[in-house]
Amino acid sequence: MRLIPFAVSAAAAAGLIFVLNRPLGPAPPLGKLLSPHTGFWQNAEPAGASFDADLQLEGLKGMAEVYFDERLVPHVFAENNEDLYFIQGYLHARFRLFQMDLQTRAAAGRASELAGPRAIEYDREQRRLGMVFAAENAVREIEKDPASRLIFDAYTKGVNAWISSLREADMPLEYKLLDSKPEKWTNLRSALLLKMMAKMLSSGTENDLAYTNAKSVFMPDELRRLYPQVHDSLVPIIPKGTVFPAPAIVPVPPASADSLYIGRRDTVKMKEISRPDPNNGSNNWVVAGSKTASGAPILCNDPHLELSLPSIWYEIQLQNKESNAYGVSLPGTPFVIIGFNDSIAWGVTNAQRDVKDYYEIKFRDASKKEYWFNGNWEKTEPREEIIHVKGQSPVTDTVYYTVFGPVMYDDRFTNDAAASRNLAVRWVAHDPSNEGKTFFWLNRARNYDEYEKAIRDFQCPGQNFIFASKTGDIAIWQQGKFPARWDRQGLYVMPGEDSSYMWQGFIPQTENPHARNPERGFLESANQRPADSTYPYFIPGSYITPRGITIENKLSGMSGIKPQDMMALHNDYFNTLAEDAREILAANVKENELDANARRYLDILRGWDLMAGPDSKGQTVFQCWWDSLETEIWKDELTRVHPQAPWPEEQTTMELLKKDTALRYIDNISTARTETLADIVTLSLKKAAQELLQKEKEGKLEWSLFKNPTVYHLIKDLKPFARPGLPVGGNGNIINAITHSHGPSWRMIVHLTDQTEAWGVYPGGQSGNPGSRFYDNFVDPWAAGKYHKLWFMRPGDRTDKNVKWVIRLQPAG
Amino acid sequence: MKFITAILLTGLLGFSAGVMPFLPWWGFALTSLLVAILVHQKAGKAFLSGFLGLFLLWGGLAWWIDQGNQGILSHKMAEILPLGGNSYLLILLTAIVGGLVSGLAALSGSFARARRQH
Repeated sequence: MRLIPFAVSAAAAAGLIFVLNRPLGPAPPLGKLLSPHTGFWQNAEPAGASFDADLQLEGLKGMAEVYFDERLVPHVFAENNEDLYFIQGYLHARFRLFQMDLQTRAAAGRASELAGPRAIEYDREQRRLGMVFAAENAVREIEKDPASRLIFDAYTKGVNAWISSLREADMPLEYKLLDSKPEKWTNLRSALLLKMMAKMLSSGTENDLAYTNAKSVFMPDELRRLYPQVHDSLVPIIPKGTVFPAPAIVPVPPASADSLYIGRRDTVKMKEISRPDPNNGSNNWVVAGSKTASGAPILCNDPHLELSLPSIWYEIQLQNKESNAYGVSLPGTPFVIIGFNDSIAWGVTNAQRDVKDYYEIKFRDASKKEYWFNGNWEKTEPREEIIHVKGQSPVTDTVYYTVFGPVMYDDRFTNDAAASRNLAVRWVAHDPSNEGKTFFWLNRARNYDEYEKAIRDFQCPGQNFIFASKTGDIAIWQQGKFPARWDRQGLYVMPGEDSSYMWQGFIPQTENPHARNPERGFLESANQRPADSTYPYFIPGSYITPRGITIENKLSGMSGIKPQDMMALHNDYFNTLAEDAREILAANVKENELDANARRYLDILRGWDLMAGPDSKGQTVFQCWWDSLETEIWKDELTRVHPQAPWPEEQTTMELLKKDTALRYIDNISTARTETLADIVTLSLKKAAQELLQKEKEGKLEWSLFKNPTVYHLIKDLKPFARPGLPVGGNGNIINAITHSHGPSWRMIVHLTDQTEAWGVYPGGQSGNPGSRFYDNFVDPWAAGKYHKLWFMRPGDRTDKNVKWVIRLQPAG
Repeated sequence: MKFITAILLTGLLGFSAGVMPFLPWWGFALTSLLVAILVHQKAGKAFLSGFLGLFLLWGGLAWWIDQGNQGILSHKMAEILPLGGNSYLLILLTAIVGGLVSGLAALSGSFARARRQH
């Protein structure tokens, strides 16, 4: 042996392997990643791959089959409920494991395990919000009910059956890129996924911290004008003129409310780290047989969420002897969430109600072991939080629980050290509940009564459940557990030294806003306030007004409706807000002060058809000008508030200007002169013209080029896995509510004829694997406003030409 | 002849090592070392045959997989790594990485059997 050369070359080989086997900075281990045997090449699914399989799985009770159609939508046929949801879990994991793992880790405040130190503050916020506490309460509730427990257990077993079958080569690509491994599934993780939805839809619907700061500067009457509870132009979900019964609960404000609460002028400096997108919302509507060509009802739904690859939705049909439901499911939980069965169809939009309040806590001392409540020092319950961080040692945090809930903000979390205040959070999502039960029963409901019974116990996040049946009923319920508040209770941070500011009860379920079979023959919801001011409760929220107006106007004028008309309505680009707002701009601008470019943009706006289509230049001009005008109106006033005040909504600004062209906020308080509406409308166009000119030079004046609609991968940094530059228009306040990366995450139309006809599309694909042709194959049809005809498979269709692949399952052993 | 035999054996055993679930991704380094001991060549030739054996194996496998996948994934991965989205560069990189590890292992094998020079 030539010892020295051998040692040198062996060391070089070992060294190279070592280097290729470990992450270099953010890069994954290169050798491991490139190996065609185990690395990313193994995720490059052959375009003609077969999904046929014969499986023997431990935990299954009987025989079952999964029939895939050409879009890779599974049609599951099982003998009993346990097997049905076992297989749903198995399929979710088979096609979407990384997504389920990532989302539930993030929900639990464990994102740092995958993302490293940059996610620590996010994780701390999740834990301080009590996300795991909430999920644990939900699991306890699920496990109290034997039928629910059986189903969640079966689902969990199904997920784990797939995970335990994985070899290194089969690992989803993202694990290879992150050099990580999936973790076993549990019922807690299913609950965490539902709490992720609860946060997305019922945590950003309040503005308590920012409103508290606004209250330190603005007088009560100003606050009512800037942040009104009911817009003048509101078209509520429950048709106007509906008579509401006298309220069963009349909450009474505490005697100190004026002095200690409404009149208190102080600020809170906490920073919210991951505030849910204010555009999280949705449309749904239903037209009765009296308005359709066929005489059968048509139900439509398009939930607006952050668009992602893989999509939040997974299409599936689940059938056994007692249930046959088709629609979209949430990978991570059992059931069809939005869909239809042989008898009914249902859909959801977000209620937008405020169900989360903050209470100021007085700790006895720095140990935070005790807090002052109802004249006593009560003990806190500390919860030790250990956050594991990729690439560094764990971080610990302690969260103190009070009678209200966890103390989210204190001197150790996003606070101003000089004026540190302790805020506990009271959130309905913390209360024990079993939302899955609603979907279990909706999947099986056959008529209005069964629908109404199914949704009755649904608590959080409050949803507008819309409904239609083959027997001709249409209905909508805003369902959730909503606190009965006295006027302005919970708009601002409340005193927490006694029980006087606590919620005095909840609005009885039967008093939740609802409507059934109205004479006009349609119902709709689009995140607007559910009822007009005659509803006998104070119901703050972050409502979105314009879409409801557009839908209502369109549906009122339609008759002899066909499903194709509903498709057109889903994809409608009419900008209702701009109809009024353009008037204000065009009527007040001082044309003689404009240069040639600004005048050109003014002409574009004047000639605009009010449609926010992908090629619309008018929409771009309008939005830039309007945003610029809002800045001119509000910025000077709002910067008086520290650290921040919420911006009045577009709709509010428009309505204020429409009513009062001499609105006092028009004047810029930081200049000596007094500006008029004409002054600032003109100035704002001049400013907007600069931005528009810049965009025009880049060739991006058309709306879709301006906003660059993009569906990102769940890991936004992985740009090559995203779909940028989609040729779609729309905006948050338009029916087709597509913004830069947010919008209709599923469009569904169900025609309840004898043989149900249904259409649907979502901007993603059934496979979560970026190496599969099924990863993003629905994106283009979605962008084009096209739909897939949904194949509601019958037991007799087993040999139908729509069946492309079959998985046959049987119990192991 | 020895040269060709060594290349073929390196590739063949490298493939077997790759499909053994209990071996890590670099399992072929052991088989390449073994081949170089059994089929003894001078250092340069040993390195080259070790290199080529894995270069052809990994490059060929990657190319074959990429054909079946119609380039869907390689194109994306070649942007992440970053290779300008060029699938062929990615296949080449894959082949070179495998080749280098294998070549160095084979070189060690050659030295392990070589007589001490006086």
